[in-house]
Order: sequence, then structure tokens, then C-alpha cells
Amino acid sequence: MNLQTNPNKGAPSGAAVAKADVDSIVVRFAGDSGDGVQLLGHQFSQETALAGNSLATFPDFPAEIRAPTGTTYGVSAFQINFGSRVVKTAGDQPDVLVALNPAALAVNHKGLRKGGLVILDSGAFKERDIKRAGFDVDPRTDGTLKDFRVMEIDISKMALEVAKPFGLSQKEALRAKNLWVLGLVSWMYDRETNSTLDYIARKFGVDDPIAKANVAALKAGHAYGETHELAGDVAPVQMPSVKFEPGTYRLVSGADALAWGLVAGAQLAGLEAVLASYPITPSSPVLHILAKLKQFGITTFQAEDEIAACCAAIGASYAGKLGITASSGPGIALKTEAIGLAIGTELPLVVVNTQRAGPSTGLPTKTEQSDLFLAVWGRNADAPIPVIAACSPGDCFNVAIEAVRLATKYMTPVMILSDGYIANAAEPWRIPSMADYAPFKVEFRTDPEGFHPFLRDPKTLARVWAKPGTPGLMHRIGGIEKDYNSGNISYDASNHQKMTDTRAAKINNIANDIPEQGVEVGETKGKVAVVGWGSTFGPINRAVTNARAQGLDVSHIHIRHIWPLPRNLGQLLKNYEKVLVAEMNNGQMLTLLKSQYLLDAKALLKVSGQPLKISEVESAIRSVLAS
Amino acid sequence: MNVQTPPDKLTAKDFASDQEVRWCPGCGDYAILKSMHKALADMGASPEKTVFVSGIGCSSRFPYYMATYGFHTIHGRAPAVATGVKLAQPDLDVWVVTGDGDALSIGGNHLFHALRRNVDLNILLFNNEIYGLTKGQYSPTSRIGLKSPSTPMGSLDSPAQPCVFALGCNARFIARGIDVQAKELGELFSRARAHKGASFVELIQNCIVYNDGVFDGFTAKDVAAEMQLHVKHGQPMIYGKERNKGLRLNVQALQIEAVVIGENGITEKDLLVHDEKNRVLAGMLSALRSPLFPEVLGVIYCDPATSYDSAVAAQDALARAKGPGDLDKLMRAGNTWSVT
Repeated sequence: MNLQTNPNKGAPSGAAVAKADVDSIVVRFAGDSGDGVQLLGHQFSQETALAGNSLATFPDFPAEIRAPTGTTYGVSAFQINFGSRVVKTAGDQPDVLVALNPAALAVNHKGLRKGGLVILDSGAFKERDIKRAGFDVDPRTDGTLKDFRVMEIDISKMALEVAKPFGLSQKEALRAKNLWVLGLVSWMYDRETNSTLDYIARKFGVDDPIAKANVAALKAGHAYGETHELAGDVAPVQMPSVKFEPGTYRLVSGADALAWGLVAGAQLAGLEAVLASYPITPSSPVLHILAKLKQFGITTFQAEDEIAACCAAIGASYAGKLGITASSGPGIALKTEAIGLAIGTELPLVVVNTQRAGPSTGLPTKTEQSDLFLAVWGRNADAPIPVIAACSPGDCFNVAIEAVRLATKYMTPVMILSDGYIANAAEPWRIPSMADYAPFKVEFRTDPEGFHPFLRDPKTLARVWAKPGTPGLMHRIGGIEKDYNSGNISYDASNHQKMTDTRAAKINNIANDIPEQGVEVGETKGKVAVVGWGSTFGPINRAVTNARAQGLDVSHIHIRHIWPLPRNLGQLLKNYEKVLVAEMNNGQMLTLLKSQYLLDAKALLKVSGQPLKISEVESAIRSVLAS
Repeated sequence: MNVQTPPDKLTAKDFASDQEVRWCPGCGDYAILKSMHKALADMGASPEKTVFVSGIGCSSRFPYYMATYGFHTIHGRAPAVATGVKLAQPDLDVWVVTGDGDALSIGGNHLFHALRRNVDLNILLFNNEIYGLTKGQYSPTSRIGLKSPSTPMGSLDSPAQPCVFALGCNARFIARGIDVQAKELGELFSRARAHKGASFVELIQNCIVYNDGVFDGFTAKDVAAEMQLHVKHGQPMIYGKERNKGLRLNVQALQIEAVVIGENGITEKDLLVHDEKNRVLAGMLSALRSPLFPEVLGVIYCDPATSYDSAVAAQDALARAKGPGDLDKLMRAGNTWSVT
């Protein structure tokens, strides 16, 4: 994990600098929310992916679009962990911090590894900026950074110098800072910058002065690394590429994979789809991405509110298309009554919940897994639905397909749980081929013989789906209880019991149509099982792997099907002496498992808006083993 | 909707479902239901292409009594569900049945947006100025001072005027009718159905249990002729038993006056002539209230514009004109690399 110390300090050029192998490095870029830190991080990730490294990213930005300049609450950061071994998290502690202003330093220096490297834009360290960041004294002089190696570069000045000749204003020229930094770190880690040059050309056009300034800044940053006598111990690092499975790869974010998975699911079901959504962080990208995919038979609708979005999706499903609605916790709460309507009328509906920290508005851009209760139990009356959680950005693709399969096969709403971390983070992803997926084509009812709208498939208990426009199948459905035998409204007590039982049995039965719970790492029995779900996959998996390497008897179980739970899960968990549930909420999966299996489980719970750290899971494993 | 003549001409009965109607005896809803059965038969509507979507409330039970497709949804949300139906299948003939509480209280937002977007829905708002199904609380259209279980000392808030609201939402079709006026309702339903885009129809409907007679001031037989103005495009605004009353515009005050032909030298030529496309006039007519004025009935405003669902369908078609999307290709666009 160490940055190598430059043995040739003061060497005249990069050519003389030795290269060394390291197996993974965590770099954190931080700056003002207008500094282009996310773009910088994204492009560096792209270059890193193309270099064949494994990587995981963590965009960490404020809810404000442009908070006042220089404030700590306006700091935007992007963390990337990349390596020559498989990387599973964005990293516990950065090895390198690039701070583009004092506020970025103030917010982020404490997380940096002791002995790590800080690269500062000294041009942004004017007295006023330092005070505004909350420092009484210049942190460069008072020992604040004594545990780190510090490299001060007047990045602002250099960006200005290279960008100005293209006729840009001071303000515009300063915006090239992010590209200058990208040039420098690309040199440090031996990255090709071609994909960034392509990006700039695509975004601005080759002849645009802004494009030219950005290209110049990128090259200047790179050249700076090559030619300067650097004050810190920095040298280019060569990192061998990871041995991935053969295939074609790309970087994918959770939002991309989810949107494509929904398209794929609709295709496999032989349906067109209507996505109805209302803008909300961090779910909006799903709407944005699908709005551009109309050629795939996707109609998108930005509704007037969350409730209308869910209702329009239900209306579309009633009319024979696949209704989809996507939101985040507060929006899902608003959709709750409508989801109940889809449960009662037994219509397919895919509800995407990209969770964020709460309650209420909470921390809109920060991640959490605290909507599990909302998903599983959060409706009036007995209203079960299947719930599936994605465990990584790329996993969203298969989870979305599975959600469409269950929704259409069982005529039910299905909730997908993603989260802010998964939605925004990116990882290398082996691109699937649609030919590898078995279709699950929907058959609409067309035969009027013996028809009523609540006729059920005896095996799945799913009711028939007859769409308006079909001759002879005119029928009425609604939220009032239906008679089991005719579908007409019924207030009969025993009928309500039967319908409630049937709806529950239909969902419970899905446990027989999903894979049995497996073990990700370790054994199917032993001392400790660490149980996780959703985006905690990476840190749990790495922590368990590390612990096992140290000889500890611990295994990793990761639950995808949150409801119904896999049919063997209860038995599997009983095979371990202790169960440790690790999740980013105040104990929701813990409670669910306790309620279902009467387990005496322990928990690692975290609700800081930040992903779990490997080290946190490791120490929780140790304390459970010691207890 | 295209007016199609099915092979066998359907009758009103063919549009009635086999379900027992469960409104209170004497409820105005019965008359509206009957008018709808007949109107759909007269229009040559096809049951399988017709969908009734409703919210919650007495009126919202309407779909159960239609032998068409129907969806009884949740409180206030029928316009949103119906929008989804229309986005999925723009060719369907979609009706929304709602009440004053459903449409203007809990569902005010959805009604606003369905009208503003101009979704091709026929929206029937049954206005009885009361919450019936929850046993008689005052509604957003109840008059100030109404004593109800929730307002024992009288309601305090100013009522909404449905047609004024609809016009404010930029509705392109606004009409008004009375539950028991079968002939007029048939015409209104036919016009609403023919109009592409959102058609808003306020139906004055008597709740015999909780608000009986609240509209008697203009619906009772003895006053009806004097207190109702049935407007027709291109026709002067004349009403009254003797057909001697009318509306004229006071230009100085920029307001409508009720006048008597023959008094103060007023002749028929002084009266306003109804123009369905005149939005300013529609605003004035929608706001008139008895007893100072006659209640205006009929098609108050009709000025068609592109419907939202047809515009969405056109955009979708444009995107699909280059051929269907290839997901394998999409996922491989941009920066990729191969591992062998």
C-alpha cells in the first residue's frame, strides 16, 4: 500500500525516476463543489480501468450544487481505490489526498493514512481562504500535517498560465485546475490520457478555446510531473493489470447498470415499459438515462410528484406495459399507498429505491441502507412484496432483470434496493451478452372463455393479465377487496381471509423460485458468519478474506433476496456459532433475521453517511470471536 | 377517439355491468350513470376500447357499473393513473370519474397537472359539495357556513369553483351539466369524448343524504328556467321562462351583467354571443353564480391543442424511427477494453 520513496530525489527528469510495484493505492481528490472534482475523479477512473487495474470509486459530494466558495460544507470529494489485485471497496484510508483548497484539506486530512501524501494547491491558500476553512493558523505551518508528506504546488497559477493564452477569462482559466491535476496524477500512476483527450474533444469540440485550454492544462500537469524536482517523495508507480476473467469490460455506475437492466428485463419479458419518476437525489440518473433510451420501447414520464409517478406506472401496467417508478426513501414513502394498490390489484410494478441517509431529507447525497423496513414492512395492512438488493454497481443489471422477472411472473410490485453509494460509484464490469439470458415472455390473457380478472395460475398463484383493448375481457379492478372466485368486489369476511392468505402465499412461494443462499467466502458452517446485504459487500468480503488469511474461522454470507428470504437461510445461519450482521442502518436486517429465525445475532451498525470500512468489519469480527 | 360502428349496434344496456349499483336510493349518480350508458351506445363506443378510471368516494364506484374496462384506484390519484394508461395505450378512450373532495382536495395536484399537460382524458367531476362516503363532512366546494360533523359551527373556508380552477390550469375543454338533465349530459359526454386533450366536465350532483337540495336554488323545477343559462357556440346568451333574459358585457366595468330584453332599451343584439374559443369569456362565465346570475351550463370553453399523450407518442416514434435499440451495442459504446 505504500507509495514508494523516491531514491533519486532531485533527479532532473522523470526518466531517471525508478518505478516500483504496489498492489493497491487509494487516492482522494477534494476541492470546492465547483472545482470539477467529480469529473477529475471520473476521468482518472476511466484511465485506470483502461490500464487494466481493478478499481472501486466513491464520489462523496454535498447536497448543495454550488455552496459558497471555500466553505467546508461545499467540499466535494472523489475517492478511488485501484490495484493490481481485485479491489472491492473504495478504500478505508486514502494514501494520497489532493486538496484544491484549505477547506478540502480541513475536511479530509484526518482520514489520510499516516505517512500519506498531501498534494496542495498553494495558490488557493490565501489567508482569507484559510480562515474560511476554519483554521486559525495556516495548517501548513502549525504541525497539522506533521504526519503526512506534503507537496505544495501552485496549481492555480499554472492552470492560469497555460489556459489564459486561449482567450479565457481568469475564472474560466482557473477551471482547468482539475485537468492539470489529472495530468499530474496520470503521470504519477503511469496512465494513458487518451480517453480524457477524447472526452474533451467530444464534450467541447476540438477547436473550442475551453477544449484547448483543458488539453493544455492536462499536458502541463503531466509535464510537471515528468520534469520537476518534486518537493515530496513522489514517483511514478507502475501497477500491473489485474487478471480479470476474459471478456469485454467497461466502467459502469450503479445507475447505468440499473437502467440497462430494466431495459434488458423488459426485453426479456417481451414488454415495452413506462418509467414514471419524480426528480430526487440520488435516484434521478435512472430517469435521465432511460429518457435517452426511447428507441428501446421505453416511455419516460416526469410526473408532478412521487405519488403520481407511482400511479402512472401502475396505470401503464394496467394497460399492459411494464410500469416502473424510481425514487429514494422520502419518495418511496410517498408512493406507499399506491404500491398497496398494485398489491391489491396484483399488477406488475418495479419500484427502484436508491436509498439515502435519513430520516426525512436527512443527508440526500450520502449513503445508507435504512429503508429495509420500509421495503419489507412499510405499508398499511398485510401487503407483502418481493425485495431484492444490489450489492455493487454492476450487480444492479442482474438485479433489475430479476425484479422484472418476478414482477411479471407473479403479478406483483417488486422493490429494488440500491443506495447512493452504488448508484454513483463505478467499477470495471464485464459486459454481458443478451444472448446469455433466457427470455421470460409475458403471455397476456386473450381468451374470454371462463375469464375473470382474478383467475390464478395454480402454481404461481399469479392472476391473469388482460389488457384494455382486448375484446371480450372487459373487467374492473380496484383497491376494494375482490371475491376470490369472480374478482368482483367483496366485503365477505372469510373471502378477505382467503385473499390475504393467497397474497401472502404467492409472495412466500417465490422463495422456491430463487437460488438458495450461498456463502461468498468461507465455509457453510463454523464459528462466525458475517451477514451483509447490498452495498456492504465489498468491505465485508475483503474483511472476511483478510481475517481468514489470519486463520480466523469466519465466513461471509450476502443476502440478495431480502424478501422472501432464501429458503435455506435459516438453516444455514444455525450452522454457525455466532452471526454478525453488518449493515449501514440501526439494525434492520438484524431485526428481520431475528424475527424470522429467532437468532441471537450480533451487529455492526453504522450510519455516518459513509460506506463501511474494511477495518471496521475486521475489528467487529475480532470482538465477536472474543465474546 | 374514432367513432366506430361495431357490427351489432350496442344499446345502453350493453354498457351496464352485471354488478348491483350500491348508491343511496335517489342519488344523482344513478342519473349520470344511466346517461353514460346511453351516451356511449349512441356514440358507438366500443366497450373494449373504453376505460373508466376513478379515485375514491361515492362517484368513484362508477367503473364497477360499466361493462367496459375499469380501474377503481386510490383517493385523488385517478388522473395520474389515467395518465399512465394513456401513455401506455394512447388509442384507448379514457374517462376519469371523480368527486369534489377527490379531485379538488386530496387530488388537486393531479387534476391540475392532467389539465395543464392536456392529457387526452375525459374528466367528470361529480360536484355535490360534500363528502358523502365518509358521512357528510364539508368539502372544498362547500359554501361558507356549512354545518357538518367536522364543522359544527359552520365551515370557514372559501369554496373552490371547479370550472374556474380548470380554466386556471389551462384546460382546453370545460363544460358543466346537471345530473338529471339526461339529454344535455349525453351531448356533453359526446363533446368531451370527441375533444382531443383533457376534457373537464363539472356535473352538478345532488347528494340526497348529506346535502340534499343544496342546488335547488337553480335546479328546482320552478326556478330552473330562470336560473340556468345553457350556452351554445354562436348563440346569444338568452335564458328565462319567457326567454327574455340575457347576459351582456359591461365594457366600462369589464364584467357581465344580467339584463332583461325590452327593459332600458335592451334588445337581443346587446347580448353576448357565446364563443367557445374565447378564454376570457370562459373565465367570466365560469365564475357566475346564482342567485345574482344564472348558472352557466353546456360547453363553456373548447379550444383544442396538441394532447400530451399524442406528443409523447410522436417523440417516442421519432426516437424509434432509426430502428429499435440494440442493448448489446449500447453497453459496448464508449471506452471498453478486452481481456483475453
